[in-house]
Amino acid sequence: MRNIFLFLRRYFNFLFFVVLQITALLMLTRYSRTHEAAFMHIANEWVGTINEQYNSVQYYFKLKKINQALANENAKLRNLLASNYTTIDTSILLKQDTVRIDSIIQYRQYFWRTAQVVGNDIFSQNNYLIINRGSAQGIKVGMCVLSDKGIVGMVEYVSKNYARVMSVLHRNTKVSAVLKNTGVQGRVAWDGTDPTFVILSNIPKSEKIKMGDSVLTSHYSNFPPGQLVGTVSAIVNDPSSNFYTIKVKTGTNFYTLQFVYVVENKMAEEINAIEHTNKMNP
Amino acid sequence: MSLTVKNIIRFAVFILFQALILNKIPPLHRFIVPYLYCLYILWLPFNMNRSWLMIVAFLFGLSLDYFTGTPGLHAAPCVLIAYIRPFLINVLIRQEDIEAHYSEPSVTSMGWAPYFTYIVLLILLHHAYLVLIEWLQFGNILYFLGKVIGTTVISMLLILIVELLFYRKKELRKSISAS
Repeated sequence: MRNIFLFLRRYFNFLFFVVLQITALLMLTRYSRTHEAAFMHIANEWVGTINEQYNSVQYYFKLKKINQALANENAKLRNLLASNYTTIDTSILLKQDTVRIDSIIQYRQYFWRTAQVVGNDIFSQNNYLIINRGSAQGIKVGMCVLSDKGIVGMVEYVSKNYARVMSVLHRNTKVSAVLKNTGVQGRVAWDGTDPTFVILSNIPKSEKIKMGDSVLTSHYSNFPPGQLVGTVSAIVNDPSSNFYTIKVKTGTNFYTLQFVYVVENKMAEEINAIEHTNKMNP
Repeated sequence: MSLTVKNIIRFAVFILFQALILNKIPPLHRFIVPYLYCLYILWLPFNMNRSWLMIVAFLFGLSLDYFTGTPGLHAAPCVLIAYIRPFLINVLIRQEDIEAHYSEPSVTSMGWAPYFTYIVLLILLHHAYLVLIEWLQFGNILYFLGKVIGTTVISMLLILIVELLFYRKKELRKSISAS
């Protein structure tokens, strides 16, 4: 017994070092699996507050660009207004039918909320954003985040007033995507090198792909379908494979991201439940 | 100002500078990430207990981790250099001389050559361990070496600038200066 104590005293520093190392590495591995870490809740609020202060300074310098982006988007939305489309047939009239609206609301699938990005990381291997909306504003884990020009990421941790978003520029992000021209399904992931490009794989070589083709989110992805991922900028023809590897320039500019939309899928629970039962009874 | 208060202020300044300025500037290259924060651990006083050194390093690394959203990633290398630090100081300088006179490692207390050997070795170790953890799933040796070397070089440049800008004067310990 005495020897054990002597041993502990003799090597206390080394043992303490090993314990701290193991704690740190455990935190890291557990976090990347469950996104839950010690004091995460408090830390997220604190970091969010500091980042918001910092962002309010940064925000001022980007006003011009943000104004332009918002104006562009307003123009895009105005073009979608029903009043822009005149009907040739006089028997067809646009009417607001209250009953119909009710039934639309019942089946509404996507609900969009705005949020401001207060913390943005793009240079590491696994990047995260912090947005200034949290559980108090109805944000839940798993909601999708989009910018006005393309997809951004997915909410992975929520505290009361802030949420952490796993960016598309993260090694665990996989988004099901589709080529707009041909409708072929593929998978978008990030290779961890350049924050302006993501990689689209699983596109068979039988397809004709042109540079500049749009890549959209597919119906299978968690994102609302038809949202821009990016445009094709390089096609790598690997002779050993039957599939192309395509470099896609992201629609979103991650360097200047300020305003995003958080999209809630109202049907997510139902879809998840169905997926779950399929796994239970193979 | 007492040494403790000074180190507490330094703690906050280094974290905020790293998280809000150095982590935000656009990268020159994907190998080059400017890291300056680990200098805090290298500047901690000589006479600090080794367990305390490691606890402070752990908390320091962890607070940066909460900013980058990767709890544990920076804490592990910080604890490593805090553990290695006393060994290296023992090898590089004659302790009884220096520790009696000066409170913390600096150019004046250790001399240029030993001080920069100390800095280069520990920074290299820190970056190597950090990048190793970060790229463990990736496993591309060229990326690993390139990133370690690129990051170390840019960090050393930053540290040199900091050393020249904030030249720490001789801080004689009170017991000696009073006698």
